[in-house]
Amino acid sequence: MSASPQEPVSEALPPRREPTVLESIGATGLELFRTARELYSVFVRTLYYTWFGRREPGAILAQMYEIGNKSLFFLTVVMGFIGMILVYQAGIQTQRVLPDLTMLGATFIELLVRDLAASIGSLMLATRVGAGIAAEIGSMVVTEQVDALKMSAADPIDYLVKPRFVASIIMTTALIIWSAGVACLSGLLTGWAMFDLSPRTFFNLSMVNVGDLTVGLTKCIAYGAAIPIVSAHSGLSTFGGSEGVGSATTRAVVNSSLAVIMLNLVISTIGLLVFPG
Amino acid sequence: MSAAAQEPETASPGVAHTAGDAFLSLSETVGGMGVLGGRVLARIVTFRFDFAELVRNLHRMGVRSVPIVIVTALFTGAIMVLQAAPLVQRFGAHGLLGWGAGFGTLREVAPLLTALMINGRVGANNTAELGTMVVTEQIDALRVLAIDPVSFLVAPRTIAIVMTLFLSTVFADVLALLGAAYAGWGLLGVAPAVFFNGLTSGLLGIGDIVNGLVKSVVFGIVMALASCQYGLGVKGGAPGVGRAVNATVVASAAGIFVLDYFVSFTLP
Repeated sequence: MSASPQEPVSEALPPRREPTVLESIGATGLELFRTARELYSVFVRTLYYTWFGRREPGAILAQMYEIGNKSLFFLTVVMGFIGMILVYQAGIQTQRVLPDLTMLGATFIELLVRDLAASIGSLMLATRVGAGIAAEIGSMVVTEQVDALKMSAADPIDYLVKPRFVASIIMTTALIIWSAGVACLSGLLTGWAMFDLSPRTFFNLSMVNVGDLTVGLTKCIAYGAAIPIVSAHSGLSTFGGSEGVGSATTRAVVNSSLAVIMLNLVISTIGLLVFPG
Repeated sequence: MSAAAQEPETASPGVAHTAGDAFLSLSETVGGMGVLGGRVLARIVTFRFDFAELVRNLHRMGVRSVPIVIVTALFTGAIMVLQAAPLVQRFGAHGLLGWGAGFGTLREVAPLLTALMINGRVGANNTAELGTMVVTEQIDALRVLAIDPVSFLVAPRTIAIVMTLFLSTVFADVLALLGAAYAGWGLLGVAPAVFFNGLTSGLLGIGDIVNGLVKSVVFGIVMALASCQYGLGVKGGAPGVGRAVNATVVASAAGIFVLDYFVSFTLP
């Protein structure tokens, strides 16, 4: 991790000019392409080691505790508030158009199952889990522990990324199901307190069909896989000491949130085409 | 942590102990943010803050965040339409698509998602920067030179974050509606004119836009105070900076959702 030697500045060279618009677009494009290729490589290697790597249930369990149990309180608070906000806003808005609020609960639960529980919950997990993974792996890179692993002929992907990947897929799914329950409960209580909707009317599962459930669970698995891969990539590409760890953490949070949003668009579109209405 | 390590006989803390501990540390953070907010406000109303630092931070936080805001907003608008799609198809209510997507976007989704993305980028970065300055004793150096760290570092950052978030939300509102209109056209065959007509036909008012913008200002204040508070409170060298960055991202995100609820509730 030594700093690259400074290029000697020669007087004979023409002064450096600002890159033109085309050049900066091209540089951004190349950068994006390179990042995508690296992400793909990390993903494929993680999948390979998930099947053929070392069996280490202990490490996976430790990561499951780290990712799952420690996020539980945070996710419960956030999803509880989300349930209250959404039902309140939707109720107020629906009253402007229709006086009838009986379908509010059914619509809310359908939306929760198909999209909101998975997407908002995973954005929160991207923040918490992504920052944690990148900070941990980043400081291992900076303190040359990852190089030590490579020296011992141990692939850091197998030792560091794979347990987090498996743990994240399992715990994201579990946490999302839990957070859907929390949001549903807080929405139910809000509907009861604010709009006099009886819990029996609100808790109406008639609009949730196989398509909604499939799309929702696919999202859980996709986000659960994407967050550790993107964050671990940010962590592994850390450079430049402790400040580098800070910027790797930032990159991990932003990129995994963007990954969640993009996957959401892709999966929602496919879901709409496969299960129309 | 170290106290527990020195007394190996004590059993692991009970539930009441943990809850009390968590409550005390939460109170400490919120109280610290309040005190910091008061100090920043005193500097701002008397114009005792560094203008060059403000401009530098506005560029670093605001201008550099534009690409993320664009991508997030366009995708978010498209996702809003996709979520409304089954309802629209079931009832054939094409005229209501603009209202449904526009209402959710302007009031909730655009301010919330913009705040979350800016939180990841700007809030975390800010904590890391201030934390590194604390660890390398640059803040003490400022005090030695009789420069007030609050008016030199914290007040400009607070103003910059609030302005960044407000302007990004305005930007995101427009782009998300654009993304929604074209996603509705491409996926549902609802012409953009029908979409914008649904948006402006009277069901949505200026109140909905103001609601979202007020939220963005509130989120900005929380994010700025939390990130500065955690950054200035860093202890324990470089690993402490990492912990502070992690804590600030989580705390700001939770704070954003809690305040979102209260703002939604108090504003009409």
